[in-house]
Amino acid sequence: MSTVKFTFDGTDYRGNKGEPLSAALLRNGIKVFTESSYLLRPRGVVGLGYEEPCALVQIDSGSGEPMVPSTKIELVDGLVVRSLAGVGDLPISPDKARYDKIFKHVDVLVIGAGLSGIKAAAKAAHKGKSVIILDDQAQVGGYLNDKNEKINSKLLKNIKKNNVVYLQRTTAIGLYDQNYVVAVERRSDHLSSEIIPNFARMRTWHIRASEIVLATGGFQRVLVFPNNDRPGIMLSHAAATYLHKYRVGNFKSAVVVTVDDNGYQDAIRIHKSGTKVEAIVDIRAKVSGKLVKEASKLGIEIILNSTAVDTSADQTGAVASVFVAATKLNGEVIGNKREIKADLVAISGGWTPTVHLATYLNLKPVWDSKIAAFKMPKLPQGLSSTGIANGEFDKVENLPAKFFGIIPDGEDAKVSFIDLQRDANVRDLRRAVGAGLTSVEHIKRYTTIGTAHDQGKTSGTTTMGLLAQLIDKEPQEVGTLTFRPPYVGVPFSALAGRDLGILSDPIRTTPIHPSHLNANAPMEDVGQWKRPWYFPIEKENMHEAVLRECKAAREGVAVMDASTLGKIDIQGPDAAIFLDRVYTNMFSTLKVGSSRYGLMCGVDGMVFDDGVTTRISENRFLMTTTTGGAARVLDWLEEWLQTEWPDLKVFCTSVTEHWSTVAIVGPKSRNLLAKLAPKLDVLNEAFPFMENRFADVAGIPARIARISFSGELAYEINIEAWYGLHIWEEVMNKGREFKITAYGTETMHVLRAEKGFVIVGQETDGTQTPQDLGMDWIVSKKKDFIGKRSFSRSDTAREKRHQLVGVLPLNIQTLLPEGAYIVNEGSSNTSGKIPHIGYVTSSYHSDALGRTFALAMIADGRNKIGQFAEVPMGDKVAQVEIVDSVFFDKENTRRDG
Amino acid sequence: MLLINCPWCGSRDETEFHYGSQAHIGYPEKPDELTDTEWAEYIFYRENTKGWFAERWVHSVGCRRWFNIWRNTQTHEFGPSYKPFTKQPSRPK
Repeated sequence: MSTVKFTFDGTDYRGNKGEPLSAALLRNGIKVFTESSYLLRPRGVVGLGYEEPCALVQIDSGSGEPMVPSTKIELVDGLVVRSLAGVGDLPISPDKARYDKIFKHVDVLVIGAGLSGIKAAAKAAHKGKSVIILDDQAQVGGYLNDKNEKINSKLLKNIKKNNVVYLQRTTAIGLYDQNYVVAVERRSDHLSSEIIPNFARMRTWHIRASEIVLATGGFQRVLVFPNNDRPGIMLSHAAATYLHKYRVGNFKSAVVVTVDDNGYQDAIRIHKSGTKVEAIVDIRAKVSGKLVKEASKLGIEIILNSTAVDTSADQTGAVASVFVAATKLNGEVIGNKREIKADLVAISGGWTPTVHLATYLNLKPVWDSKIAAFKMPKLPQGLSSTGIANGEFDKVENLPAKFFGIIPDGEDAKVSFIDLQRDANVRDLRRAVGAGLTSVEHIKRYTTIGTAHDQGKTSGTTTMGLLAQLIDKEPQEVGTLTFRPPYVGVPFSALAGRDLGILSDPIRTTPIHPSHLNANAPMEDVGQWKRPWYFPIEKENMHEAVLRECKAAREGVAVMDASTLGKIDIQGPDAAIFLDRVYTNMFSTLKVGSSRYGLMCGVDGMVFDDGVTTRISENRFLMTTTTGGAARVLDWLEEWLQTEWPDLKVFCTSVTEHWSTVAIVGPKSRNLLAKLAPKLDVLNEAFPFMENRFADVAGIPARIARISFSGELAYEINIEAWYGLHIWEEVMNKGREFKITAYGTETMHVLRAEKGFVIVGQETDGTQTPQDLGMDWIVSKKKDFIGKRSFSRSDTAREKRHQLVGVLPLNIQTLLPEGAYIVNEGSSNTSGKIPHIGYVTSSYHSDALGRTFALAMIADGRNKIGQFAEVPMGDKVAQVEIVDSVFFDKENTRRDG
Repeated sequence: MLLINCPWCGSRDETEFHYGSQAHIGYPEKPDELTDTEWAEYIFYRENTKGWFAERWVHSVGCRRWFNIWRNTQTHEFGPSYKPFTKQPSRPK
């Protein structure tokens, strides 16, 4: 074993490589590790593993990590840690270490590589099953390993077979439905205190197993008595292991306080390691057998019918002596106190099977009076438990006592600790019971017992035992606390793996995107898409850029990347019938080569999506959807085809990314198109509104659609996606003589709002019918379609629903906030509850109107056109006029150029 | 993480699926002939069963097919899954 250097609270120490940090600190004479969180009492190490309630440290070397039990840190050279009192610091700088995830399916998963786990794994391996056995320790063997006992080599051979994966330093943190386990493997912290480049520090295993064997062992419990929290008071198994296995030799004398035979075993180990055990204090009245004899032979005094009732401290706060007295099993102290000098007080409060994983499935542990502990309940198929976890304790000579400590009153109650991390004590428990609480779940929340990082691994059963005693019930009547995953603290980075930064969520960009980046266009997120928001020239702000872009679209020619619009290729002999059923308007009458705007509703009659659909051929349509709604619409179409109309011969395919779309907009767009597609007859009569033409654009075969989302003469050039950037550049080149202007989503929004065109998701929120939006014209009376029946429901048919209208602030510079409430004229200044009559959905500055304007949903809005209303804006109130929702070119004179 | 048996693909993780609520709620033959109450029942009302429940799922990031499956809402146990328009297997015990 090699010696390594480490730093604790700024001081350098030496220890043995691989031993727990807690062992090295103890050997260096450090008993007081830290102060407690709330009462600032000195605290030391209590346990040996993840059950540790006190001795947490902050790791500053490597990736850094807050609140790690020092019992679970394997000593490496250069480790830098500091003590902490309950609360750790999250490292501020990004973690440069690598983390991985791995997904596995196996026949048998064994959790825990103690003797029982190894036996279970060996049995499954022998049958030829694929097996994973995982264990949170560095070595197999569990408690045998703590005791330096070897496991039968024949058994070990079995788990070295090819069909077995053994994962050391791996902790199962959660067990979920259908045998799904998440486990975290720590791969490098024991190798180096630094980050190892290109090596995963941790791996999160996602394992689905046909069978799971829980061989999770158990934890020793604390006992409750006044001043039971002093450094030097430990669980006896931990104490014996520190002294015997890790050769921590600097204790002078020990007292073991026990309720079971394990105390005798541990006392013998402590004594044989060289620390004199003055006495074993046993609550039981009568004990016999080999262990008792051996302890007596070693000269250890055995004090029966008694337990610890207090301790004293030295000047550092560590334990100096323990007071013992005759005590009844119900915790009533009946004898005189006797002081025994001891700087190590080892507690054997009984063992509790580790049932956490099973309880994550909502299974309730059951009380077993024979072992005086809660054990695994009956487990569902595919899940089993074995060994200590299953309550199969080693054969004992004397049964353990059902005893959890004494329950003092007054000042003593305040220093009789139950949950050491939370500083929760008997007084807290008494107060909770005094307040009338009897449910262990209420007690937990009232006292905070079991809510710290360790979730009460050593104190949970003790709490339930004491509570049962206080309210005169049996532990099984009180029940257990609910444990929740993760079983131990896990860094978020381990769960994230490599799904960080740009890999955390897909980013979708169009083939034209590089040009937008070159133009320094700020991007707007639309679903997962990045869309250019506006194209600033020099130091323009958004407001200036958008006014300029709008002006270009209304007076010259402007261009937009419309490639993100959702596109669905709908094919089949029944495609037209299908579209008639999903759109509110007719599509079977659409001529080949023509396009039509369509609106879709849910069965509730509320607008769901919209877009232009083109009939490419008799049995083939190209549907466009909103950018954000594409996936939802495809799901919707497929659902109806599969679950309601399987007789329809129709196929839907998402082709959003197959096509790039460049929209050229404005009075000069026809001239530009003529330059781009010299062979195409672009005259209005030859290429009318809502028709499509196939022609070469800049040498590339294209479908050109004459559709407009701005009210202006406009064309959408659709080409195979990979030509997108080329066509965009050609449009910009050929457009130079017309002073072509690129525009983004903001200008698109302004242009369409000036025309009163809605955006699904902006004007709508799933509670608007087409009629609410003033779009009765698109609702067919001749056919049935999804949602039609809902239009005659009493609520949708009623008058005075919120309706789409325009709103003009009287001050032409006032920009109303989107989402702002609209109230009746004069009501802003009244006191009390002011009813609102609607809300602003869209609001912009308009170049064409020379003022601000807004769209709004207002109750009975269409009847209120011409009336005035108010929009409260913080300290100010904006006076507004309610107007028609079309602000610009009401007669549609501009569409044909 | 539930393990769901898609009748087209086999057992897959829950994250591959989307939930589709109660099974066997068909689009009414003649919506026009229904009262407002009957139509509202079709749109809005679903059972909230404790125990075995036949429900719809779609294998959205797999085969994109809809299917029905028995699920115990209390234990998260799954019963048999079955394709649309096929005979419903009997309620698991």
